[in-house]
Parts: sequence; structure tokens; C-alpha cells
Amino acid sequence: MKNKVDIAIIGGGIIGLYTAYELAKRGVENIAIYEKKYTGSGSTFRCGTGIRQQFGDGANIKMMKRSVEKWSNIGEEINFPQLKMEKTGYLFLLYSEEEVDRYKKNVALQNSHGVPSRIITPEEAREIVSGLDISEVIAASWNPTDGKADPFLAVHGLVRVLKKMGVEINEYTEVKEIKVKDGAVEGVKTDKGKVKADIVLNAANAWAKILNEKLGVKIPIEPYKHQGIVTEPLKIGEIKPMVVSFRHGGAYLTQESNGGVIGGIALKYGPTWDITPTYDFMREVAKNFSRIIPALKYITIIRQWGGYYAETPDHNAAIGKIEEIEGYYLAAGFSGHGFMLAPAVAEGMADLITKGSSTLPLEFYDPYRFQRGELREQAIQMG
Amino acid sequence: MSDDPRERIIICRCNEVTQKQIEDLIDQGITDIEMIKRITHIGMGPCQGRTCIPLVAGIIARKTGKKIEDIKIPATRVPVRPVQMGVLVGDEDEE
Ligand SMILES: Cc1cc2nc3c(=O)[nH]c(=O)nc-3n(C[C@H](O)[C@H](O)[C@H](O)COP(=O)(O)OP(=O)(O)OC[C@H]3O[C@@H](n4cnc5c(N)ncnc54)[C@H](O)[C@@H]3O)c2cc1C
Ligand code: FES
Repeated sequence: MKNKVDIAIIGGGIIGLYTAYELAKRGVENIAIYEKKYTGSGSTFRCGTGIRQQFGDGANIKMMKRSVEKWSNIGEEINFPQLKMEKTGYLFLLYSEEEVDRYKKNVALQNSHGVPSRIITPEEAREIVSGLDISEVIAASWNPTDGKADPFLAVHGLVRVLKKMGVEINEYTEVKEIKVKDGAVEGVKTDKGKVKADIVLNAANAWAKILNEKLGVKIPIEPYKHQGIVTEPLKIGEIKPMVVSFRHGGAYLTQESNGGVIGGIALKYGPTWDITPTYDFMREVAKNFSRIIPALKYITIIRQWGGYYAETPDHNAAIGKIEEIEGYYLAAGFSGHGFMLAPAVAEGMADLITKGSSTLPLEFYDPYRFQRGELREQAIQMG
Repeated sequence: MSDDPRERIIICRCNEVTQKQIEDLIDQGITDIEMIKRITHIGMGPCQGRTCIPLVAGIIARKTGKKIEDIKIPATRVPVRPVQMGVLVGDEDEE
């Protein structure tokens, strides 16, 4: 482990790794990542794999449009073609006029940013997923360019390229404290020793607050337990898109590349550090999934897990410079959509660090908006 | 197809992972069973690793010289036994 670096990144999740990659691509040479367990072990390996541009506000739509462009090319770019975004779409099932009105507005906004979403009929929805019970569905919001990617391959591919680019990845190395002197970052203190650094990026997501609080930086990010399940494999292609139903407990589900159905519902606990899976969650998943696609009754759940959503009050992340401390940056609080946002966040963050600004709408995620009482409209959140 | 015999030895039958795939990862320095699990999906099939995890632990021990007892085995997660959704829904309907 080096004892002096230019940029120290705390957290080896998708955000820390992708940002390191964008920085290295811009020619930053001396980058190190500190990860208290192994890369991906935080929320990234526990995520639902979904990538969507169907948000209800311009900033998230712009960011996600850029992310999808990047997700589409990253595998080729890092010479790891196994990693590819599957554009299998997101299908929001709508059950009331009120929901349809809201989604029509979202679709108009999405279209104005060049996202090809549209409102479709229940019958069209059933052509996309034949097992759907559409008896109460009145319409659906569909975007064929949304999709999913494999978080395990994403982490593995990025780690591989980062090592080639000379980025130091320290696993099982916990940052205990960020060192500050005369109002500027001096480095990090880890359980394996001290490291000097000019710039420190806190990408510890659910744990970001712990390090912030030691510095007196108050940004509301809290850990909530959310869960996921996966079933035995079904015939591949039965459920291509991510199917979402707010009517059914906020359920979201899709098929993984090996055929298993992966998904969850919006039953959360917290703030808490406990991520033990709960029986209630499994039962609610079974109930709601089998109402959306009745044949799922006959399918077996083989695995259930818990993980954190690092939630902020408006369900949008806190990204930017920490004004009180020169050289300190934050990208955390992803509230359940950090996997999909990672490529755009990384690009924006790398530009912010190396050039002082980004053309992406990072100001939307201004960490100081909470303090000023300028909360954003709640982002559409799954799970 | 190469004729490396390790490509024909299936370690994880549920997810069709070969001995070669596992040994290649260990050769790349990935010796953490959790990490191998995440990359290859060993231990994530219907048997939940009852068949393959002990075999993988054995390969890691042999290739790294670690003792089997020192290799961290992934925690089993609920459901301990796979369970059909209809069975769970059934107990809801009785309420
Ligand atoms: C059930 C579930 C489903 C989800 N589904 C989706 C989805 O479909 N789409 C989507 O986009 N997102 C989804 N998410 C959210 C997504 O997983 C996260 O937003 C994303 O992984 C955040 O990445 P990250 O790098 O910020 O955080 P993490 O992956 O949590 O990485 C942070 C890392 O920092 C490390 N760390 C913390 N403190 C320290 C320290 N002091 N020193 C060193 N290391 C430290 C942690 O060990 C961790 O590995 C889901 C999450 C859950 C739990
Ligand atoms: S043999 Fe590997 S999970 Fe069953």
C-alpha cells in the first residue's frame, strides 16, 4: 500500500470503481481505492440489476440517458465483452386513471429528452410479457431502451481494467478517519496505516455519513434495509423487461441471464444496520409476484438477501464538493438507484475533480440542498 | 474446444461451472470464495452450494496452501430450503 497518492477513493462499490476508471482515463496517475471488505460487497452485489431512464424529472432523465450510452459501450471499451447492458426495457403497469395521467406527463418529459418511452395498451403489455394478468391493468408505460446489466461482471470488469491502468485497489482496508489540516484534506487513516492524499472522495454510500460526521459535515444519508429474491431458473425470455407495479406493493421483477427471476417489493426497514432477511418480505413477494404473473405461484424462491439503500429525504443522491474542506468530495446516498446512475455520476465526478465542472446536471444532487430546505421532487424509486 | 481436461470437470452442476474456470480465477489472485461465487455463480443454484462449495473450498486450499478450516464459507441465507411461492401465498389466504 502506497503512503502517498493523488486521489484516495473510499468505497469499492460501483461508484468508487467507475469514478476511479473515469479519473484514470483522464490521465490521473496516482489513484487508490480503499474497500473495507471486498469490491462490490456493499450494496452493489445486492442490487436488482435494473437500469432505467423512466424518471419523472429532467435531471435524472438526462443523467440516465448518458448512463445508458455508457453502459452500452463499457464492455467493449474495457475489452471485457461479457459485460453488456441488455436493452430489455422497463414496463410500468398502470391500474388507475390518476397513475396514467402522471405517467403520460413523465413520458412527455422523457420524450423531450430523446428517451423513446410511450404509453401502451394492456394487450401490448401482454405481448411483451405473455404471463401477465392484465384483467385490471388499464395501460402501461414502456421504454424499450431501459434494461439491465450484471453487477458481478461490472465489478469484475472494472477491477480488471483498473489494475491494468495502475490503480491501487486495497481490499479489507477500512478508512477510519479522513485527515484534515488547515481546512484542507491531508489524507486518510486506515486500519493498515496512514496515506497522504490531496483529494479524497467519499463513495461509501450507506456508510458515508459515519465519515462525514467525524468531520462535522452533516448531510442526511441513512441506511435502510431493502431485500431481494431470486427464483429457480425458468425458460429464458419469459420475462424480458423489468416489470413494475406500484399497485402490488411496489413490486419489480425480471429474469436474469440464467433464467432465474430476480426482484423485490417496497418493504423497507430502518434506519438500521441490520440486513437480516425477513419472512414477511418473502411472503409479500410471493403474494404480489403471483398476482402480477399468476404462473409464478408454481416457481420456487431459492435465495433471499438484504442490503442497504442509502436514502436521502428526497431519494436523490448527494454529489459534489464539500465546501468546508478543500479537496473533499462526496458521491453517496443513491437511494436505490446508484447502480444504474454510476457511469454518468463517475463521468461527472471525474470532470468536477479534474476540470472543476461538468456538463451533466450535477447541481441537482447538490449536497447542501437539504440544509437550504430545497428538497427535490421525490425520485421514482423501486423497492 | 481445447483439450484441457479441467474444462470437462464440472464443479458446480447447478450452474455448470468447470474446474478450469475456478482455477483460472484463483490464478488471477481471486481466492476469496465469496468473490468466486459472485463471478461464477457457484453456490447460487437450486442446491444452494451443498454440492459445490466444499469442492471449491478444497480447490482453494490445494492451490493456495491455506487450511480448509481457514477458508471462509459463505453464509446460508433464508430460505434455508427453497420454497414455492404458492406455498407462501397459501398461508396468507388462511388469515
Ligand atoms: C435489494 C436491492 C436492490 C437494488 N436494485 C437496484 C437496481 O435495480 N438498480 C440500481 O441502479 N440500483 C439498485 N440498488 C441500489 C444499488 O445497489 C446502490 O445504489 C449502488 O450499488 C450503490 O453503489 P455504491 O458504490 O455507492 O455503494 P456500495 O456498493 O455500497 O459501495 C460502498 C462501499 O464502501 C465500502 N465502505 C464503507 N465504509 C468504508 C470505509 N470506512 N472504509 C473503506 N470502505 C468502506 C463498503 O464496504 C462498500 O463496499 C439496489 C439495492 C438493493 C439493496
Ligand atoms: S452445485 Fe453449485 S449451486 Fe448447486
